[in-house]
Amino acid sequence: MEDIVIIGAGVVGCSIARELSRYDLKITVVEKEEDVACGTSKANSAIIHAGFDAAPGTWKAKLNVKGNKLFPALCEELDVPFVMNGSLVVAVSEEEEKALEELLERGRINGVEHLRIIGKDELHDLEPNLSPNARAALDAPTGGLVCPYELTIALAENANQNGVKFWLNAPVVDIEVLEDKSFLVKTPKGTIQAKYIVNAAGLFADEISKMAGAEEYTITPRKGEYLIFDKQFGNLVKKAIFPTPTKISKGILVCPTVDGNVFIGPNSNNIEDKYDTSVGNPGIEEIIAGGRKLVPNLPLKNVITSFAGLRAVSNTNDFIIEASKKVKGFINVGGIQSPGLTSAPAIALMVKDILQEEGLSLKEKSNFIPHRPKKVRFRELDNEERSRLIKENPAYGHVICRCETVTEAEIVDAIRRPVGARSIDAVKRRTRAGMGRCQGGFCSPRVLEILQRELGIDPLEVTKKGPGSNVLVGRIKEFLQDEGGDNNDK
Amino acid sequence: MINKELVVIGGGPAGLAAAIEAKKNGVNDILLIERDSRLGGILPQCIHNGFGLHVFKEELTGPEYADRFIKELEDLDIEVLLDTMVIELTENKQITAVNRQNGLMQIQAGAVILAMGCRERTRGAINIPGFRPAGIFTAGTAQRFVNIEGYLPGKEIVILGSGDIGLIMARRFTLEGAKVKCVAEIMPYSNGLTRNIVQCLEDFDIPLLLSHTVVYIHGKDRVEGVTIAQVDENLKPIPSTEKYYSCDTLLLSVGLIPENELSKMANIKIHNVTSGPVVNQRMETSVPGIFACGNVVHVHDLVDFVTMEARLAGRGAVDYLKDKLPSSDRISVSAGPGISYVVPHLVDAEKILDKKQNFFMRSTKPMEKARLFIESDKDLIGTKVLQHVRPSEMINIEIKKEDLINKDIKTLRFFLQEEGVADGK
Repeated sequence: MEDIVIIGAGVVGCSIARELSRYDLKITVVEKEEDVACGTSKANSAIIHAGFDAAPGTWKAKLNVKGNKLFPALCEELDVPFVMNGSLVVAVSEEEEKALEELLERGRINGVEHLRIIGKDELHDLEPNLSPNARAALDAPTGGLVCPYELTIALAENANQNGVKFWLNAPVVDIEVLEDKSFLVKTPKGTIQAKYIVNAAGLFADEISKMAGAEEYTITPRKGEYLIFDKQFGNLVKKAIFPTPTKISKGILVCPTVDGNVFIGPNSNNIEDKYDTSVGNPGIEEIIAGGRKLVPNLPLKNVITSFAGLRAVSNTNDFIIEASKKVKGFINVGGIQSPGLTSAPAIALMVKDILQEEGLSLKEKSNFIPHRPKKVRFRELDNEERSRLIKENPAYGHVICRCETVTEAEIVDAIRRPVGARSIDAVKRRTRAGMGRCQGGFCSPRVLEILQRELGIDPLEVTKKGPGSNVLVGRIKEFLQDEGGDNNDK
Repeated sequence: MINKELVVIGGGPAGLAAAIEAKKNGVNDILLIERDSRLGGILPQCIHNGFGLHVFKEELTGPEYADRFIKELEDLDIEVLLDTMVIELTENKQITAVNRQNGLMQIQAGAVILAMGCRERTRGAINIPGFRPAGIFTAGTAQRFVNIEGYLPGKEIVILGSGDIGLIMARRFTLEGAKVKCVAEIMPYSNGLTRNIVQCLEDFDIPLLLSHTVVYIHGKDRVEGVTIAQVDENLKPIPSTEKYYSCDTLLLSVGLIPENELSKMANIKIHNVTSGPVVNQRMETSVPGIFACGNVVHVHDLVDFVTMEARLAGRGAVDYLKDKLPSSDRISVSAGPGISYVVPHLVDAEKILDKKQNFFMRSTKPMEKARLFIESDKDLIGTKVLQHVRPSEMINIEIKKEDLINKDIKTLRFFLQEEGVADGK
């Protein structure tokens, strides 16, 4: 029997798994997708918010500020790129300028440090590409950037090193409460018995809660669409540039990524389908118009890709993090919309406390490993280090992704690491192979080859992103083999 | 640091011809660097014929065309590094490259020829709405899967864009038993060679939908279909013209982009229309001693023209290595109405390598009959009547060296005037 089953391997589930892996506990994470970080965690603004935005007193506000402070050390420990480049909330009218004062005040109440309002001259010195209409801004130096899927993967890898098991491609289809108050968590891969369930199922947390007979709430998917520009325009803005927020959303931003691109987005539209991550035309126009308000000259001819993410918005409009009063041992961690990424490390600590209150005894492991296995980023090394690496392992001399300079050794490592990559997109998220300007045109056949070799599978079985997304559909001249050729190798 | 007289980056048709030409003209210490495990660039996967009509006066397949150069390269004993990626190039002609055997190499070159070719535009570059499933391929990637790896990426195919590789793949997929439903082209005219429209689409009854584009991609895991709509004169989709096509694959053949990451690292000036380096009469870039040729300079329609241009670059590099004297680049060449760009962009008439100089250009739109004017700041140099002008087909004009020399010309401008219907039609 497991002590805990965590449902959902997004940044929240993996943060909790990693935090709890410090203790002597048997933990399994179950995830319906083929990899960790496949839902909201892979498609969001990737900002570590300072914490001035959320209404004082809410969980969002408290956990944001706390989470923000935990980030530098966490990312250091897990070797996840993180920069504290700061955020600017820009006002383009007198009215908005007044709203900045309110935001400043709200930030102070929330406990955000170093906030200040800067005038037009300083603003334009900082960000020369801003619209001439930009007249003032709230400067939040503690805002930062992280790669959300890299963080989630790092958390999962480290949790796995510390004994947490991961079941991927394992959607929870039923939860049964037994007489001894333990649970049976049923998936097509098998059933797990556990004393506690942590429901970190993101967009589907409402369905999981209902399945267990716990409190009912609703999660509405709120779509945000994004366009991302070529790295050659990585200097368009230095900080995350927000418009003055509305009641519904922080608005459409122009923002750098920790990997050196700049994106525009997201818009904010409630939808019904929790799987609808399509990007549409009205949406693209909306984010272009929104982005242009802040930065008029957007390099629209150099968009490398578009994507959409779904925020998991609860009907309380705040995070729902509590032990069920109806079902003993069932912990809801739902409605984790923005600032969920920032809050994740603080949420993990809070869930640990809740579990303890619910009777879980925590005994620290003596052999906890705080760091994940060393990760090589060939593109970031100097030539001396590169030279040394290739001597150690010649596969570092074979560049597979030319746009992002990713080597064969890094791709092999991504597959062999804890909770390793099993698809082309999973390799991409771990190495950036295919994330550059040619979007995998050059490297995807080569990545496919390495995947089939490393996994010992047929090339036809290699997928882009899990079951049903096979890249190739057959061999050529298959009809010749069908007619009884004796060189069939299948 | 390794020293080399000449380093050629890229072992496709441009790099091969440039290296061979340089060797034949007296440079001995040449290194050719290729990132793939074989030479020939894109040619080995272009197993159709139609290559070599200008250079060899016969019709060859891509692998055959490449093979002639590869053999010559071997006969000339030119040093080649395969599976080797150049990761850095500086203005001082220092090259950093990596491979498995030699590790990280730093090479000081006397002269460099850039021949990195081009890459395909992607879905992101044209922003098609919908999901991001498996089954979306650029035409060249699909071609590699079919012709090199021996795998079929799909069985029911829609092709967006009528670029030549897309047209070739329409036929290739059909021959492999796949069903190509249609080719949608956003422009009112095709982007491919006329011969490919006839031989790859018309001969197989594959419809070419001009002024149409894909407005939505359906399918979450694998492509399930696409919605295609007609577009108006501003290339905007016309509502109510949408039609759904079920398919498991969307092939993109929506243009090629010269691959100039290394050129930019070396601070080489890039032309805003071609997206390739600004070059002079001997294919020298804005950095003296760094030359460029082939699709890295501008996207060509025929490999034969790549070869011609590469030979020029090879001889240009020889010329430079002899005296290290820069070209004066006295004449500035520009594209006037009806022409989108002209290569070379600069000319030092004294240093033209032959008795004539070739100028490659493309028209901005199709014209059945047009007159090309070549004008200097001093006088009209000449005019030429052209038939069946297409943006997809390069115009190649020769001007005699004597017409450019001794006249103190400072600018040269090419423009096209439409002259009604074509003769003999």
